[in-house]
Amino acid sequence: MATDNKTADTDQLQEFRDNRDLKLQDKKNENLTTLNLGPTHPATHGIFQNILQMDGEVIMDAVPTIGYIHRAFEKIAERRPFYQITPLTDRMNYCSSPINNMGYHMTVEKLLGIEIPKRAQYIRVIMMELARISDHLICNSILGVDSGAFTGFLYVMQEREHIYDIYEEVCGARLTTNMGRIGGMERDLSPKALHLIGEFLKRFPKVWAEFEKMLTRNRIFIDRTVGVGAISAERALNYGFTGPNLRATGVDYDVRVMNPYSSYQDFEFEIPVGEKGDTYDRFLVRNEEVWQSLKIIEQAYKNLPEGSYHADAPHYYLPPKQEVYTSMEALIYHFKIVMGEIDAPKGEVYHSVEGGNGELGFYLISDGGRTPYRLHFRRPCFIYYQAYTEMIKGGQLADAILTLSSLNVIAGELDA
Amino acid sequence: MELTNENVLGKLIAQFGEENIVDAYNPDGIMTFTTNRENIIALIQYLYDDKDLQVQFLTTMAGIHFPDHKGRELCMMYQLHSLRHNFRLRIKVFVPAEDPVLPTLTNIYATANWMEREAYDFYGFIFTGHPNLIRILNIEEMEYHPMLKQYPLEDQTREDKIDTYFGR
Repeated sequence: MATDNKTADTDQLQEFRDNRDLKLQDKKNENLTTLNLGPTHPATHGIFQNILQMDGEVIMDAVPTIGYIHRAFEKIAERRPFYQITPLTDRMNYCSSPINNMGYHMTVEKLLGIEIPKRAQYIRVIMMELARISDHLICNSILGVDSGAFTGFLYVMQEREHIYDIYEEVCGARLTTNMGRIGGMERDLSPKALHLIGEFLKRFPKVWAEFEKMLTRNRIFIDRTVGVGAISAERALNYGFTGPNLRATGVDYDVRVMNPYSSYQDFEFEIPVGEKGDTYDRFLVRNEEVWQSLKIIEQAYKNLPEGSYHADAPHYYLPPKQEVYTSMEALIYHFKIVMGEIDAPKGEVYHSVEGGNGELGFYLISDGGRTPYRLHFRRPCFIYYQAYTEMIKGGQLADAILTLSSLNVIAGELDA
Repeated sequence: MELTNENVLGKLIAQFGEENIVDAYNPDGIMTFTTNRENIIALIQYLYDDKDLQVQFLTTMAGIHFPDHKGRELCMMYQLHSLRHNFRLRIKVFVPAEDPVLPTLTNIYATANWMEREAYDFYGFIFTGHPNLIRILNIEEMEYHPMLKQYPLEDQTREDKIDTYFGR
C-alpha cells in the first residue's frame, strides 16, 4: 500500500513543485527584502512562521508555514476509547478548553442518543460562557499590548485568574480542564463554586467597563486599528470564516442561535455584528460578546434548575464511588468504562458548537467499536488563518502584527 | 420553498440523474449522499448558484480511509451549509487507493485550499488544479500519508525500547 501511494505521488506532484519554485523565482526581486516573522516571534503569540517579502515597510507577499505543534490528535483519537479523547480536545483551543470538552461530549451524546437533564445543560452553558469570556478577554487585551497599552492586559488578567479559580473549583484543573463527562458533569456545582460565580458576576462588569473605556475611544488605538486588516463579508464567507471574525464583517452567523445546543434557546442575548471587518470591528464585536456572555451567565445562574447534574446512562457515565464498593452492577460498569470496553453504536454524526473563534465542529464516525473509526475536528483557526496573507498584503509590518492578534489565532487549534 | 432533505435530494436527482446521486441516507439529520469525481465540482457549483438553495458555505472537508472496500478505499467528505436557509448537507466521493485523484474545489471556495492540502498530507489525495498542493502540517520530506489505516500507532506495551526520559 505504501508503494501505491508513492506512485500516485509522482508526476503530478513534481509538476506542482516545479510550478511553485518558478513562482518563487518570479517573486525574487532585487528591491524586496525577505523577512522571517516567526516561528518564535514574541508578537505572534504562538509558533507560526510567515516569510514576508517587504518593499520597505510594506508587505508585498507572505508565505505562512504552520504545523510546528502538530500532535496528530485525529490519529491518536482513532485508538483511544471515547472518554479518553476529552483531554486531547482541551489542548486545541487552550484559551477556552471547556467549550472544546463539552462540544466533544455533546457529539458523543448525539451518537449515543443520551438525553441530558436541564441542570447539566445550564451548568454547561455557564462554564462555556465563562470560557468564552476568558478567550475574548485574552484576545482583546493582547491586542492592546501589541498596540502599546500594557496596563489593560495585566488588569484583566487578574479576572482570568478568577475564572480559572471557578474552573478549579468545578473540575480541579485550570488550563487544560477535562471538564465534564460524557453524559453530563462529573460533579454538581459546589456552594463554593456558586459563590465564586456570583462574586465574578458582581465584580467583572466594572473591570470590563473600565478596560473598554481605556481602548474604545482611545485616539492612538483607533489610529492603529481602524481600516487595518479588513476583509469583506463575501471574501470572509468564501474563506470559511466563522465566529467573531465573521460577525465583524456584518454576517450574523452564530451557531448558538442557528442550531441551538445545550438549551441556548432558553436565553435572551444578542449577536453583535460589525460593519467593515477590520481590526477595530473585531475588537468591538469581542467586547460586546463578553457583555452578552455575562448576560447569559446571569440568566443561567438565576434560573439554574433543580435536578440531576448527569444523565441516567449507566453504560457510559461512571457510577458514584460509594456504589462501586457496594453494588455488583456499579462495579461492572465502573470496570468496563475505565478499561474502555464499552462499545458505542454504529453511526455518523456532526455536531458543532460556537467556540471562542467560531464554529468548532466534530465529525465522528463510529463502526460500533470501543474507539471512533474517524474523528475529524473542524478547527475554526485552521480554516480562517489561510486568509491572513490576503489580509496583510499591501499593509505595513506593524499592522500585520495587530491583524494577527485580532484574528486570535491559537496555535494549538491551528495545528491540532 | 421550504428546504427539506427530500425535496433537495429530488431536485439534485432531477438535475444530475439517478446514477450520479446514490446511497442517500440521513444519519444525524444531515442528508448524506454519494456522487462521483466527474460530477462533484458541477454539483457543488450548482448548489452554490441555485437561487432556491444558496449553499454557499463550505463547512469542512474530511478524508476517510476504508481499507476493506476494494476499489473505493478512500472517501472524501464535503460538508456544505446554506447559511440563508440553515440547511446542511454532506457529499461523499469514493476513489480507489491506487488513483486518489479528485478535482480541486479552490475555484469555488478559497477555504478549500488548506483543507485539500490537509487531505493530501494525511491521506494522499491528489487534487488536480490545486495552486499549491504541498504538505501542510507534516514535514515535506515525509514519505507516507499517516492517517491511512495501515499505519498503526506505536504499541504502548512494547518493551524493546529504552526510553528512560519518559519513564516507560
